Amino acid sequence: MDPGSRSTGIATSTMEAELSAIVTPVRVRVAGPGDRVAGLQPQLVVEPANELEVAKVLKFANDAGLAVIPRGGGTKLEWGNAPRRADVVLSTKRINNVVEHAWADLTVTVEAGCTILQLAETLGQRGQRLALDVLWPEEATVGGVLSTNDSGSRRLRFGSLRDLVIGMTLALPDGTLAKSGGKVVKNVAGYDLPKLATGAFGTLGVITRAVFRLHPAPRFGKSLSFQVQSPEQVQGLFSAVQNSKLAHTSLQVRVASDSRAEVDIVLEGTEAGVNAQEKQLLALVGAPYAPPFPAKIWIARTDLWSNPDTVGAIARISVLPAEISAAIQLIDRVAKSRAIRWRAVLQATGLGCLRIEGTPESQRGMFEELRAHLQRSGGSVVILRRPAGMGSLDAWGDAGDALPLMRAVKQQFDPKNTLNPGRFVGGI
Amino acid sequence: MGQASLDVVRGLGIPGKAALDTRILNELRAIVGKRALITCAEELHTYECDALTYFRAMPQAVLLPDSTEQVQAIVRVCHREKIPFVARGAGTGLSGGALPVENGIVIGLTRMNRVLEVDLANARVVVEPGVTNLEVTARVAAQEYFYAPDPSSQSVCSIGGNVAENSGGAHCLKYGFTTTHVLGLEIVLPDGTLVHLGGKMLDAPGYDLMGVFVGSEGTLGIATKITLRVVKRPECVRTLLAAFPSTNEAGAAVSDIIAAGMLPAAVEMMDNLSIQAAEAAVHANYPDCGALLLVELDGPIVEVETLMVHVEELCRKNGAWQIRVAQSDAERALVWKGRKAAFAAMGRIAKNYIVQDGVIPRTALQQVLSEIDSLSKAAGLRVANVFHAGDGNLHPLVLYDESIAGQSESAATLSNRIVELCIEAGGSITGEHGVGEDKKKVMSKMFSEPDLETMQRVRCAFDPLQLSNPTKIFPRPRLCGEKPGEYVQHPLETAGIAERF
Repeated sequence: MDPGSRSTGIATSTMEAELSAIVTPVRVRVAGPGDRVAGLQPQLVVEPANELEVAKVLKFANDAGLAVIPRGGGTKLEWGNAPRRADVVLSTKRINNVVEHAWADLTVTVEAGCTILQLAETLGQRGQRLALDVLWPEEATVGGVLSTNDSGSRRLRFGSLRDLVIGMTLALPDGTLAKSGGKVVKNVAGYDLPKLATGAFGTLGVITRAVFRLHPAPRFGKSLSFQVQSPEQVQGLFSAVQNSKLAHTSLQVRVASDSRAEVDIVLEGTEAGVNAQEKQLLALVGAPYAPPFPAKIWIARTDLWSNPDTVGAIARISVLPAEISAAIQLIDRVAKSRAIRWRAVLQATGLGCLRIEGTPESQRGMFEELRAHLQRSGGSVVILRRPAGMGSLDAWGDAGDALPLMRAVKQQFDPKNTLNPGRFVGGI
Repeated sequence: MGQASLDVVRGLGIPGKAALDTRILNELRAIVGKRALITCAEELHTYECDALTYFRAMPQAVLLPDSTEQVQAIVRVCHREKIPFVARGAGTGLSGGALPVENGIVIGLTRMNRVLEVDLANARVVVEPGVTNLEVTARVAAQEYFYAPDPSSQSVCSIGGNVAENSGGAHCLKYGFTTTHVLGLEIVLPDGTLVHLGGKMLDAPGYDLMGVFVGSEGTLGIATKITLRVVKRPECVRTLLAAFPSTNEAGAAVSDIIAAGMLPAAVEMMDNLSIQAAEAAVHANYPDCGALLLVELDGPIVEVETLMVHVEELCRKNGAWQIRVAQSDAERALVWKGRKAAFAAMGRIAKNYIVQDGVIPRTALQQVLSEIDSLSKAAGLRVANVFHAGDGNLHPLVLYDESIAGQSESAATLSNRIVELCIEAGGSITGEHGVGEDKKKVMSKMFSEPDLETMQRVRCAFDPLQLSNPTKIFPRPRLCGEKPGEYVQHPLETAGIAERF
C-alpha cells in the first residue's frame, strides 16, 4: 500500500515555505524531539488557525504525498500502532473555541482543539456537563478524545462520546470540509458520520469541530466503596447492583495482583433521592468501606499511566459484563505464570484498563495469551502503551470479517494514506 | 467489479433491467421456494408503498426469505444481474424508505422473525430483523427489563426497520435512539458478502461501521441479525399532565424544567386542535385547553417524587391551570393513549392530513410555532401540532380536504414550507421518520454539496454498484468510479492551492 517508510524527497525548507503560505499568522516550525510519534521524527509542526486552514494544509500534504499526524493535546499519541510514516504534525491547538453553548437546548458546539477541562468549565457555569470522565482532561482535547473514543466510568449510564456526539465537521485529505449531523439532539437526516469518525484514530479525516448533547450536572452525588474477598464476589456484587432499581452512574472494580479488589459506585441526583438509594444499596450489598485515599478512586484509571519507575504496558480490554470475574481470574492466572505484577480498573460495562509490569518478553506473551482467550468469545485486547522492547505486537488484534469493508471506507476517504498511515486496525 | 454497471448508472440514473427474465425468476424461486416469491400484480400491490402512500411503485417481484443464507443468495443474484433491491420490514415507515425501485425487487423480511437469544446476565437480546419492536420488550418484561426505543408503531414495526431508520419515540429524550441500543449487526452487503459489525461487547477494534449503518435507510445492505441492549425497568414512573392557556406558557414551562437540571423520560406537547382530535378519537379525558404538557419522570421513587414536586411548581408558575399526576399504570396508559393516537385521530376532524417531521432547537419553539400559525392562516388550512417538546421534534399535521380543488397541493406546499422553517431555525428536516423518498430534495437545503458527497463515499464503500435501495436519501447519485483527489507528482505544481481552494 505505502511505498516506503519515508514519504517524499521534498526538502523540509520547501515544505515549510508552502505551509507558511497557508497558515496565518505563520505557525509552522521544524519538529523537535518532543514531537516524535512512537519513535518517528516528523519534519514539521503546523498549527492552523481555523478549519479552512486545516483543510488547505491537508490538501497540500495529500498532493505532496506527505504523511500527516493530527494532534490535539498529544496525550494519547502512543495508542495504537506506530505510524509507518510521519512528516507533518497537524496540531489543533489554536482551534479551541467553545463556539456555542446552547444551554437551554442542552447542546454545545465546540472546536476540536478545546480541552475537555476548558469545555467542562464553560458548561459548568450553566450547571451542565458532557457526561464523560476522560483521561487527562486538562490536556486532552475534544478532537483527540473523539478520535480515540476514550471513555471512563460514566459510560455505564451515559454512553461514550459515540452516543453523545450529534454533529461534526471533518476536514478530508483532498481538502473537503464536510459537516454531518446537526445541532439538534434528534436528527436522522443523512449518514451518521460523527459515529464513523469517533474512534477512527484520525485515519479518515481531521475532526475540526463537534456538537454534543449535554446532561444536567447532578445536584448531589455520593461515592461508596466496598471491599471484596475474592474475584468471584465481584461478579455477585456487580450483578446485584445491575439487577436492582438503583440509578447509579458508575460501577467499577479496582483490582491488583498484590491487593484485594475494591468495588466503587456513584449515586447522583437530588440529596433526598441519593440518600434513599444509598439505604437501598447498603441493604443489598452490606456495609461500605472507607478507602484510605478517597480522592484516588475515580482517577484510578489515570493512575495506571503514572508510576514512571517501573515499565508498565497498558491495554484496554473488553469482555462481557457478566464475565468480569472470569476476566480477573484469567488475568491473574496468566500473570502468575509469567511472574508479572498487574493492576486493573474494570467497569461494569465490560470495558477496562490493565497495566502489567514485567520483562518486555513476558508482557508481550501475556497480552498475546489474553488476546487469544478473549477474542475467542468476541472480546478484545487493545494495546495502549508498549514499553520499548515489546516488539511488533499489533495494537488492535483481530478486526473480524468487516476488515475489507473498513479498508474500502478508508480508500474512499483517504486513498493515498495521508492520515496516520498504519496506526489503525489491519494496517489502515 | 462493476465495469458494466457504471454505464447503466450513467444511462438511466439508476441501475436495473427492464424486466426479470424467466431464467432469473427461476433462480430466485429456487432460493426461497415457490410460495415466497410473489410476481402476480394483485399481490404485488401490497408492496407498492409504505405508510407514506403518496409514493407508489410496482416492484418486479417480492421475495420473502426466511434465513440469512437466502438473503445472501438473493443479493448475490441481484449483484450479478445488476438488479436493484429494497429491503422491507413491516412497511410502517413514513418517508417512503421502503418504496420499491422500478425494475427492482423487494426483499421482505417479515418471515425472519425469531428471537435468537435472550441473555439477561449481559442485558442483551439477539433477534432477526422481522421481530417487532414490542416483541423484544415482551420477551424480557417478566424479568423487569425493556427495550427502550418506542416508536408509536411499536406493536407492528420491525427491528430491522427500526435499524434502517434509527427510530426514536417519546422516551428517547432520556434513553436515546435505536443507535444507542444496537450493539451488534450481522449484515449482508450489496454483493452478498456477510459481515459482522460490533457485537455483544463494546468497542470492537475498527471503525464504528455499525454506527453508520444504523439510520442508513437500507442503502448500505440488509441487517439479518441484530444484537440489542435492553434496560432495567425503573423503580417508578410518574406522568404529569398540565393544562396551559397556550403553547407559549407550556413551552416556557419546558424551558424551566430543563434549566432546573432535570432530564425527564419524556416531555410531550399537544396544541388545542390535536387535543380536540385525540378527545374525539379515544376519550383520553384531556382538559380542553390551549396546550397540554405531558411530563414523565422515571427512576428511584424518592428521586422521582422529589423532582415531580418541582415540575408541578414550575408548571404552575408558568400558568398551568390544571395538573394531574398519573400514579398507576392504568392512569398512565390513559394519559398516553391520547398522545399516541394523535396522528390517527386527525381523521376525526379532517378528511385528509399530512404528517410532518421536523426538528428545531427547542428554544426556537415559540418563534417557529408563530410562523407556522401565520402560514396556516395564509394558506387557509388548519395545522395541528404534536411534539416531542423535550428534544424539539415537531410533528405538525396539515389538515385538508382532497375533494376541494387545489387543497392537496396547498397542503403539500405548506408542509414543505414548515420543513424549511425548521432548517432556518437551525434544526433538521427529520427527527425520526427518515429522508427516504420524501425528503431527498430537501437534503440539499440542509447540507452542502461537499457534505452530501462525503456521505456518499460511505455508500460507495458499501455498495459501489448502488443496488441497495439506490434512489433514496440523496438528491443525486454519486458515481463511485470517480476518484476524488488526483495525485499531484511534484509539490511545486501545487503552488496556488490556496487560490484554487
